[in-house]
Amino acid sequence: MIDAIKIKGLVKRFGDITAVDDLNLNIMKGEIFGLLGPNGAGKTTIINILSGLLEPTSGSAEVAGYDIKTQSMDVKGLIGVCPQHSAYYKYLTGRENIELFGDLHGMPKKLLRERTEYLLENIALMEMADRKTGNYSGGMIRRVNLAMALIHDPEIAFLDEPTVAMDPQSRRATWDFIRDFRKREKTVILTTHYIEEAENLADRVGIIDHGKLIALDTPCSLMDKHGHENLEDVFITLTGRKIREDV
Amino acid sequence: MKAQRVQALTKKELLRVIREPANLFLVFLFPLILTLAFGVAFGAIGTGGDIQYSVAVIDLDSTSWSEGLVAELYNSGVLVPTPYTDAVTAHSDLQQGRVSAVLTIPKGFGDSVEAFTANPGNPSAWPVSTLELSLDQGSMIVSSVVPSMIQQALSVSLYGEEALSPPSPVKIGAPLMVESVKLTQFDIMVPGMFSYAVIFLTMIVSQVFTEERQQGILKRIAVTPTTASDIFGAQIIANLLTGVVQIMVVFVASYVMGFRPLGGIGGVLTAFTITLLLVLCNVGFGLITATLAKSSGAATGLSFIFILPQMLLGSFVPAPESVARFVPSYYVTKTLTNVFLRGADVLSQSTILNIGILAVYSLSVIALGVVLYSRYGNR
Ligand SMILES: Nc1ncnc2c1ncn2[C@@H]1O[C@H](COP(=O)(O)OP(=O)(O)OP(=O)(O)O)[C@@H](O)[C@H]1O
Ligand SMILES: [Mg+2]
Repeated sequence: MIDAIKIKGLVKRFGDITAVDDLNLNIMKGEIFGLLGPNGAGKTTIINILSGLLEPTSGSAEVAGYDIKTQSMDVKGLIGVCPQHSAYYKYLTGRENIELFGDLHGMPKKLLRERTEYLLENIALMEMADRKTGNYSGGMIRRVNLAMALIHDPEIAFLDEPTVAMDPQSRRATWDFIRDFRKREKTVILTTHYIEEAENLADRVGIIDHGKLIALDTPCSLMDKHGHENLEDVFITLTGRKIREDV
Repeated sequence: MKAQRVQALTKKELLRVIREPANLFLVFLFPLILTLAFGVAFGAIGTGGDIQYSVAVIDLDSTSWSEGLVAELYNSGVLVPTPYTDAVTAHSDLQQGRVSAVLTIPKGFGDSVEAFTANPGNPSAWPVSTLELSLDQGSMIVSSVVPSMIQQALSVSLYGEEALSPPSPVKIGAPLMVESVKLTQFDIMVPGMFSYAVIFLTMIVSQVFTEERQQGILKRIAVTPTTASDIFGAQIIANLLTGVVQIMVVFVASYVMGFRPLGGIGGVLTAFTITLLLVLCNVGFGLITATLAKSSGAATGLSFIFILPQMLLGSFVPAPESVARFVPSYYVTKTLTNVFLRGADVLSQSTILNIGILAVYSLSVIALGVVLYSRYGNR
């Protein structure tokens, strides 16, 4: 297996907060990798560094063989990023938001139109496609937010809590959609603090706490190793805390 | 820069202007309503007073005698002499109805009077000089009253009070009748409306950048292959297109309200050229505002730092030229006043100079805006 992402000794500090603490991690091409961790663990920071939004304090990383510091333009052409906080134009329709990002990636017009139709169909937004997103419900916005990241069918997708605020039905539809992504040998890095999401979807899971990678394996091996039925208990064993205080 | 990206971003920007009611109002409805409202309010109001007649006086003689004549005109209580130094301005003001008459006192006027006082009984010793008079022919009152008032003032200054019509060393030339275009207060304001319409783009641009930054959209765009020049380029193109529509709105609305600009097609082209330069400048101001402001609310307030001076010093509000020269909108208003109201040639030195000054000004501001925003704006 080829590595889609190689992270070596990555550190990111904000003042005296160490958001990412000496992270070493390789993610394989074609896998769905789950980054699991509580609020403030450093998940978003890792994605921001890999996608070129933040400069690491030290350490290095390669995305699809390109150095994130020196070849960031090459990296940007290959990745799709679904941000944790939905970012979209309220005055554009769902379709226009999605197509705009296809244009920004320089997609041929015909392909862009077909792919937009396909996505709208798959995220069940066809009916609302031509209404302004300002009028969408929270769950619909999450779905547009995801489609905007995947319009250009990226080689590597960074999905930062993609299913937050979705109803169970939309969440399952999104999971199917992400699995389909893997079938086509695409790589997905998914952050979540939904245990079921990591269990159901991820080929491998990395558990992050205080910026440190404290466990890394397939969901099954992690549960076996620690003798638990689910990842929640694994997490409690490892950190002495619940992953989400509100669960 | 890639055409597809710039085109997509430009389209998005134009949709924003059309679909966001606040923008639509500020950009198109506001100039439209303002032009129509000013047309109604000021379209019927003339510019000059109507009981006193102002007379432009060009005193080429500058002796105590000529000054005495001017004082006498003033004493009439009906004529208001206003000193002018050049004939061109005086006659253009006459054409526009700002003054009712132009009186030129020739060099040698004082000599004539002196010869006369030294030798009152001998007309052959007086060198004759002729006062030149141009009158607004549109006004019956002016053409009948003004020459006799001047004649009377002249007699009084030569012979003292209650003189009849003795022989005189000074003649008043046959008045030249000039057809003045009766400008209304509204006409005078229209050139400023062009500036006024586009200066609010500063606010729009600053809001676009602060909002997109606040909402995380700029970060989202930053993880695509989009470059800074795509973003700035699209912003400039979208605002220029918006400006074109704004200029058309002001043209159409002011025409409907009775404004008839001089200058023909060249004047129209000048209006587009110079106003679009002002658009560029305001895009630059918008970027500077977005760099300084933390939120879009703050941007709205801060943008008035750039909007107010342009509004008060360089649009239809009268302002002292010495300060006005520092605001970019002044150059638009001044040039369009020259071209539309005074009939100045569009290729005249002053028009070209103004366009040149504004071009340098605007390009510097937009360059500064781009640099500042790129360095400090994206935090
Ligand atoms: N720009 C920043 N400036 C200062 N501190 C930051 C910044 N971004 C993140 N941090 C800090 O870094 C740490 C990691 O934050 P991060 O957003 O990566 O966590 P996360 O795992 O994504 O959390 P969540 O589950 O809440 O999204 C936190 O303590 C956060 O306060
Ligand atoms: Mg996060």
